[in-house]
Amino acid sequence: MISIKDLHVCFGRGTPLEVHALRGIDLNIPQGQFVTVIGSNGAGKSTLLNALSGEIAPEMGRIIIGHQDVTRWPTHKRAKSVARVFQDPKMGTCESLTLEENLALGLSRGQRRSLRPALKSSKVKELKELVASLGLGLENRLKDKIGLLSGGQRQALSLLMATLQPIEILLLDEHTAALDPKTASYVLKLTAEIVEADQLTVMMVTHSMQQALSYGHRTLMLHEGQIIFDIHGEERASTTVADLLNLFERKRGEVLADDALLLG
Amino acid sequence: MSQIAFLGAIETGLIFALVAFGVFISFRVLDFPDLTVDGSFPLGAAVSATLIVSGVNPWLATLAAMLAGGCAGWLTAWMNIKLNILHLLASILTMIALYSVNLRIMGKPNTALLGEETVLTPFESLGLPYYYSTPLAFAVVVLIVVTLMYLFLTSETGLGMRAAGANRNMARAQGINTGGMIMLGMAISNALVALAGSMFAQSQGAADVTMGVGVIVVGLASVIGGEAVMPPKTILLALLGCILGSILYRLAIAAALNADFLGLQAQDLNLITAALVAFAIVLPGAKRSVFRKSGVTK
Repeated sequence: MISIKDLHVCFGRGTPLEVHALRGIDLNIPQGQFVTVIGSNGAGKSTLLNALSGEIAPEMGRIIIGHQDVTRWPTHKRAKSVARVFQDPKMGTCESLTLEENLALGLSRGQRRSLRPALKSSKVKELKELVASLGLGLENRLKDKIGLLSGGQRQALSLLMATLQPIEILLLDEHTAALDPKTASYVLKLTAEIVEADQLTVMMVTHSMQQALSYGHRTLMLHEGQIIFDIHGEERASTTVADLLNLFERKRGEVLADDALLLG
Repeated sequence: MSQIAFLGAIETGLIFALVAFGVFISFRVLDFPDLTVDGSFPLGAAVSATLIVSGVNPWLATLAAMLAGGCAGWLTAWMNIKLNILHLLASILTMIALYSVNLRIMGKPNTALLGEETVLTPFESLGLPYYYSTPLAFAVVVLIVVTLMYLFLTSETGLGMRAAGANRNMARAQGINTGGMIMLGMAISNALVALAGSMFAQSQGAADVTMGVGVIVVGLASVIGGEAVMPPKTILLALLGCILGSILYRLAIAAALNADFLGLQAQDLNLITAALVAFAIVLPGAKRSVFRKSGVTK
């Protein structure tokens, strides 16, 4: 259960470059809900994710994850309950470490890191099975540096790492945007499978309205730091991309530039 | 090169392998260019020499030297992380401050250890000539340190530290306190350098406030040279490369100084070092471009 109350984020307060990135976000996400978030560039999607993960400290408002008020917690402290897959495959994995070392890092997320060996043989065996379940043949490359893998393979591993420990919420930050269409659809399918299997609570930011409507249970649209609409259930099921565009125009009384959002 | 000169090069090479380990942690593992080294090396020497002269057990004195070095490294990292001072500048500030601190510790520019009991005394009583016993003692120290470092860097904490150095965003997202890891790593790095300084003072029979000049360059030369000779594919290879690089560096220097036709003298040491480091940095790139020109693809 995630609860965000009157969240405000402002960058460069008092300077000519002041940006009020989030202007009072109120949001409750019940356990097990898969929320997709859309919005044009600068709408505050990434800022919302960063505020949830702890990378950005809000100016006002509260963030409650589970039953804990985490508003003032740094990223590493929140990692026990918040996992994240980045847009850039290079961000989510550490290229100078091997596959198994990266996975071992995910396996001890939120745990106390001891002075015991990070790669005990029992652990490696467990990791090997998990990697084999991805069906990419990576289980034979556990000793390879992760920099040798493709973007799609790295995103798949990032997803796996994010779910090695129990979490309250999984944050997906346009995690297929940097991939080619075929790989992107594989990673999306994998995402849906993992989320389904573990009944995860998810917030997925995407640039694609189609993706936003076809994945998950609920869709939010952000505009200028506010949630301008929030649909779920039957209303969402009968909504098309064209409806979304109309809805957006009605709500804001302005025409959305065609290239501001990808329709695909 | 005489046998004594050769063994002398090995001996110094082994001591500076400890510096190379420290530089490996800061420059390679943490990606933190750290010049504190030039201050923590004489700090280790000053602390242990002063304590030994005042009658403290040499092993305890060496341990105190490591603790002092650890504090220096931690201070540099703390200034960078908590006060947001540029890492390079933070390390220079600590280094400069340590010059005064070292003078205060010793109360004079140098402290002689002649005739004092040091950690090398038990090895001297083995009945071997000093030019065998000292390198042997340092080999034991290096072996212990390399084992501990390998175990640490492959532990859960060590892996977290490597991630914190290589990809801070990812490390934070995996629950690693990156700031804490950098402070811990820098403390370990400078504790090792101080250990080297302490060993150096005990084998040379004196601690001197100026003995740290250029230590960072020697450490870097060892790390880079080791990488050139032995690509660091694994952590163990990288650590062994530090030892190899450090010894090769000393042998190269000894050879250069012994080659009379070059006309080099002892005072040219830092010049040769700088040239060697520049050469070692350029070499891998130069090799590639030569191959490309001649049409050989790797």
